[in-house]
Amino acid sequence: MSILKGKKIVIIGDRDGIPGQAIEECVKTAGGEVVFSSTECFV
Amino acid sequence: MDLENQKRVKEFAEKYGAENLVVILGAAEGEAAGLAAETVTNGDPTFAGPLTGVQLGLSVYHICEPEIKEEVDESVYDEQVSMMEMVLDIDDIVDEMSAIREDYCKYL
Repeated sequence: MSILKGKKIVIIGDRDGIPGQAIEECVKTAGGEVVFSSTECFV
Repeated sequence: MDLENQKRVKEFAEKYGAENLVVILGAAEGEAAGLAAETVTNGDPTFAGPLTGVQLGLSVYHICEPEIKEEVDESVYDEQVSMMEMVLDIDDIVDEMSAIREDYCKYL
């Protein structure tokens, strides 16, 4: 069963890891609906 | 996890229903990924934010976990994520995330 398809997706990216914008581009290709995307900074 | 983001996650869970929401993380380390995952499943472990004591049990994954990677278009993943993936300790992240999901996720 698909994890992302047809789901509402909340993205918590990381400035030192994978940024929110990059995750957003990926999730869209899997059919997930991005409702929120952010990039956290732990400094 | 950022207190403002905790508030938003809580609001989205109420608006769309926790079973329809999936959280995707991009944390750089297993420990940070695990803390964020715990926050959206079992509640804020630091007892600081709006999710303290709130057990949403959301589905939560890291973008580099194999289950997610296989659902994403390969060329987009390569372009957006693979460079950073090379410097992350994926095994550590996968271990942390799997353990949290097993213990606290209600919608697997």
